[in-house]
Amino acid sequence: MELFVVFISAALVNNFVLAYFLGICPFVGVSNKLTSAVSMGMATTFVMTITAIVSWLLYNLILIPYNLDFLQIPSFILVIASLVQFVEMVIKKVSQPLYRALGIFLPLITTNCAILGLALFGSMREYSFIENVFFGFGAGAGFTLALVIMAGIREELDLADVPTPFRGAPITLIIAGILALAFMGFAGMI
Amino acid sequence: MKKQVSLSQEYLKGVWKNNPILVQLLGLCPTLAVTVTAINGLAMGLAATFVLVMSSLLISSIRKIIPPQVRIASFIVIIATFVTIVDLVMKAKFPDLSKALGPFIPLIVVNCVILGRQEAFASKNNPGRAFLDALGMGSGFTMALLILGSIREIIGSRTIFGLQIMPDQFEPWLIMILPPGAFLTLGLILGLSNFYSIKKAREEHESIISHYKRVGREELIEELEVK
Repeated sequence: MELFVVFISAALVNNFVLAYFLGICPFVGVSNKLTSAVSMGMATTFVMTITAIVSWLLYNLILIPYNLDFLQIPSFILVIASLVQFVEMVIKKVSQPLYRALGIFLPLITTNCAILGLALFGSMREYSFIENVFFGFGAGAGFTLALVIMAGIREELDLADVPTPFRGAPITLIIAGILALAFMGFAGMI
Repeated sequence: MKKQVSLSQEYLKGVWKNNPILVQLLGLCPTLAVTVTAINGLAMGLAATFVLVMSSLLISSIRKIIPPQVRIASFIVIIATFVTIVDLVMKAKFPDLSKALGPFIPLIVVNCVILGRQEAFASKNNPGRAFLDALGMGSGFTMALLILGSIREIIGSRTIFGLQIMPDQFEPWLIMILPPGAFLTLGLILGLSNFYSIKKAREEHESIISHYKRVGREELIEELEVK
């Protein structure tokens, strides 16, 4: 039950994109087409879940016992960067179709602040290992959901008559605002 | 041969013409998240400016030593070092502010404005120019955060920097200090700034056409229209 609450809270109530504003760059950049939004969401969820596992192990088994928690920021970012590189190599070796679907999105994820944010939130909130894994998976699912909804709306938007100064980023942000408003409705769930 | 721009231009381009938030749309995550109040926006802007200026200075001083293959990794380690300094200083000197900004101070590491400037500018220019460029970008970033924070604080909680300036009759718009308010405000500001740039471009275009008409070179107007 605890785990379910952690999952729902990360995916819906405290959605990373719409409540914490993490990962806005891909949210604005990759939400043009539904297919690429789905691929990007899947790649991010995948990396987030692995990051949740690795960052928890790093923080609780290495940084805390040796009093190195001031090295948290550089070590997290290095681990995430090498992890993404490693995941990319593994996928390329193991599954060519998956690599073609996720390939170009993986390098972009390194600079996605949602991943580092996930690692930092995990260590700040002192989750247990299992909770942290669910937190990572939930955050990824929430990111995918927001991205896919946004891409769906933006595909329709091509037909709409938007005033010229608002085309592109401004209207995307305003739509995101309305979406965030809708997601606030989930606040009563937990 | 690269065109040399004047030193003041080096500084000013970041403030307005290439403003990292309003024009380049970089570093939006901290922009939206911390601008609930003007003071938070200012603190975030100054912290990011410090990191940007220090890492630009360091990277442009050692730009010839860094091997190009591992430059991104080196940049990130240097940036992360300065971010750690800011984070620890904030925690020690301004605990309230540090708590309000939460994980967004550590997240300066992945702010694309900072890495972008190192890659695009500091790694190719001398420390003096890199310093001015970083200071300009930092000022532009701080200015945009301060504007956004002020608007949200005035409408959302009637105050600015904690001082009440709106009358009691004014009912605060709660939405402005909640996440949706951030998206809506930034979207409207961007739209407004686009509106002015488009208007300015059109005025320039019309003044060129009227100039051509005055000197009797109508054939140039057609050329302009084709463009």
